[in-house]
Amino acid sequence: MKFGIIVFPGSNCDRDCYHAARGVLGHPAEYIWHGEKTVEGCDCIILPGGFSYGDYLRAGAIARFSPVMGAVMDFAEKGGLILGICNGFQILLEAGLLPGAMLRNKNTHFVCKYVYIRTENNGTRFTGGCGRAQVLRVPIAHSGGRYYIDESGHARLRDSGRIVFRYCSENGGIGASENPNGSLDNIAGIINERGNVLGMMPHPERSVERVLGSEDGRFIFESLAKSQGG
Amino acid sequence: MIKATVYITLKEQVSDPEGEAVKKALESLNFNGVRRARMGKVITLILEEENLEKAARDADSMCARILANPVIENYRVEIESVEGEAS
Repeated sequence: MKFGIIVFPGSNCDRDCYHAARGVLGHPAEYIWHGEKTVEGCDCIILPGGFSYGDYLRAGAIARFSPVMGAVMDFAEKGGLILGICNGFQILLEAGLLPGAMLRNKNTHFVCKYVYIRTENNGTRFTGGCGRAQVLRVPIAHSGGRYYIDESGHARLRDSGRIVFRYCSENGGIGASENPNGSLDNIAGIINERGNVLGMMPHPERSVERVLGSEDGRFIFESLAKSQGG
Repeated sequence: MIKATVYITLKEQVSDPEGEAVKKALESLNFNGVRRARMGKVITLILEEENLEKAARDADSMCARILANPVIENYRVEIESVEGEAS
C-alpha cells in the first residue's frame, strides 16, 4: 500500500507519518506538497497533524482550499482511502468530507498526553485489524479537539456505526472523566458514510514503536494495508 | 470603497469555554454583574466596490464560503461606504 502524505505550510506531523508508514512499517510513502494538483499513484492519503496556515480563521479552514485539496476531494469521491489525523481531521471537517466541527477544548488548555480510545467499530478498513471494542493507547496533542455535531447528526453517526473511536479508560469504560477535551459523546474519531474517509484526533503515527511508549497505532496502519491486500 | 465589517459568533447552543474564562476573570476583578460573556471574531474588509448591494452580496458569499463555519457559527455583516484609500 502506498501512502501519500500531504504537506501543508504548518504541518508538523508529516515526517512522523512518513517514518511510521515507511520507516517502521515498510510501506512505500511519499510527501505531496499542498500546491500539487494530483495525488495519483497513492492508495491512501494522510492529512497529517500540525497547524496548517497557523490555524488562522479556524483550524483547517484555509488548508481545505489548498490546491491539492481538489485532488483529495476527487480521490475521496472515487473511493480512495483518506486518513485525517488531528489537524488533518479538522481539515476534513472544514472540507465537508466528514460532518460536524471542532471547537476549543473545554478546559481551554492545549492537551498533550497519552489517552485510551475504544474501537467502536472494527468493521472499517481502518480498524479491521482491531478486536471488538479493543482499547488503544495513543497520544493526543491539540487545543481544538472538542468534536461537535448537532443532535440529529450525532444520532445518524451513532446509529450507522460511524463513531469509530471514543475516549475511554484503560479498561474501556466511558465517562466524563475519560474525556480529555469535552468532545460530544467522547468522540475521538469518525468515518464517512462510504467508509473510505476517517478522521481522528489521536496520533496513531506517534505510537508505532515501543520506544515511544505504545505500538497501538500500528493497528490503524496495518488494518489499512490489509484492507488493500498488503 | 466599501467597508464590510463581519461579526462572527458561536451559535447559542455551542458552549464557549473562552467566554466563560473571561467571565471568571471579570468576577475575579469584582465585576459581579456579568451574567454571560461570549467570544467572537470581527473581520474588517475594505472592498474595491461602490455598489452597496453588490458589496453586501459579496461579503455574504465570503462568509458562507470560508469566513464562518455554519455548523458552529453565525455571522452578521455591516456595510458602509468609506472615503478614499482606506488602509
